[in-house]
Amino acid sequence: MMDTMKVSELTEKLDLKVYSGRKGLSRDITGGYVSDLLSDVMGNADAGEVWLTLQTHKNIMAIASLKDLAAILLVGGNKPDEDTARQSDLEEIPILGTSLPAFEVAGKVYDLLKNDAGIQG
Amino acid sequence: MMPVYRADLHVHTVLSPCGDLDMSPSAVVEQAAGKGIHILGITDHNSTRHGPLISQLAEKYGILVLFGAEVTTREETHCLAFFETNESRIQFQEYLDRHLPDIPNNPRLFGYQVVVDAQGNILDEEPRLLISALDQTLEQVEQMVHGLGGLFIPAHIDRPSYSLISQLGFVPPGLAVDALEVSAHGTVQELVTRFPYLEGTTFVRGSDAHHPDQIGQHATRMQLEDLSFREIALALQGAPGRGIMVEPLMEGQ
Repeated sequence: MMDTMKVSELTEKLDLKVYSGRKGLSRDITGGYVSDLLSDVMGNADAGEVWLTLQTHKNIMAIASLKDLAAILLVGGNKPDEDTARQSDLEEIPILGTSLPAFEVAGKVYDLLKNDAGIQG
Repeated sequence: MMPVYRADLHVHTVLSPCGDLDMSPSAVVEQAAGKGIHILGITDHNSTRHGPLISQLAEKYGILVLFGAEVTTREETHCLAFFETNESRIQFQEYLDRHLPDIPNNPRLFGYQVVVDAQGNILDEEPRLLISALDQTLEQVEQMVHGLGGLFIPAHIDRPSYSLISQLGFVPPGLAVDALEVSAHGTVQELVTRFPYLEGTTFVRGSDAHHPDQIGQHATRMQLEDLSFREIALALQGAPGRGIMVEPLMEGQ
């Protein structure tokens, strides 16, 4: 049992798209957070978490950078806006994607982090 | 010195599902006149359809009506948009109609969405739920509004729901706004203290009236050369001789 998982491992195991920020695929994930209100994420997400959202606005990158999140995972087939993807490359925080809805992805991510990686977060 | 006018740029009508059934165009105009409003922004959710009638009814009181809407962007932020001419209003209405999702209104849950005439007779009912979010981003809406020569003012940005700050965490730097609307829950000073880069941005406050007696409860003073859309745009830009002042909140508001 290990207590972190790399963004790249999560990406492979869940067959996620990598839209941007490839240089950050080696970041460690310490937990997850799900919310579409950026004010809430700013207040309550913790460093190292992978953030599941449907928001694609450039501000998501500012929040990810501010909170030092491991990666952003866009649910429901959402794609980052162009300037959002550019910022992700600059910050080296990956933006991932899946066509699955938030509920299903959250379940899978939770399962992987808790059961495979033993992360308590 | 240029004259000072009193503006309420955020008023719903009976067309908004949440708008009181007493918010008929004639009631809105009479209330605005009684509250000393000179500039009236009609901002139903994702619809501009009551603008022309209200403008016509307001003429005899000398009130300038701005054709507008309170648009819900994809991020679920509310933004006020205003247009100078009926032609640009119609073009924007077509844009709204194209991008509003096809989700039917349930009047029992959300309220009626009706277009009425000067006597309050129902002319039309909007079948789609007007409080849905458009499939257009904040920036796409901003570009559309400005492309039509309109004014773009994110609404009640400090509110805990449907605001730039609740949905996007903070005001995106570089967003091309003509002004930002502060809600009745906060002050311009609080916002600028929290977000220093907003210093120098023009602020307004409207009533967000859903009931007739709320019209003019919150307002913005505008010093203008004359009562016109162009002068309002100039004042928001900070042109010399003009001025914009958010009326202070009264005790207990």
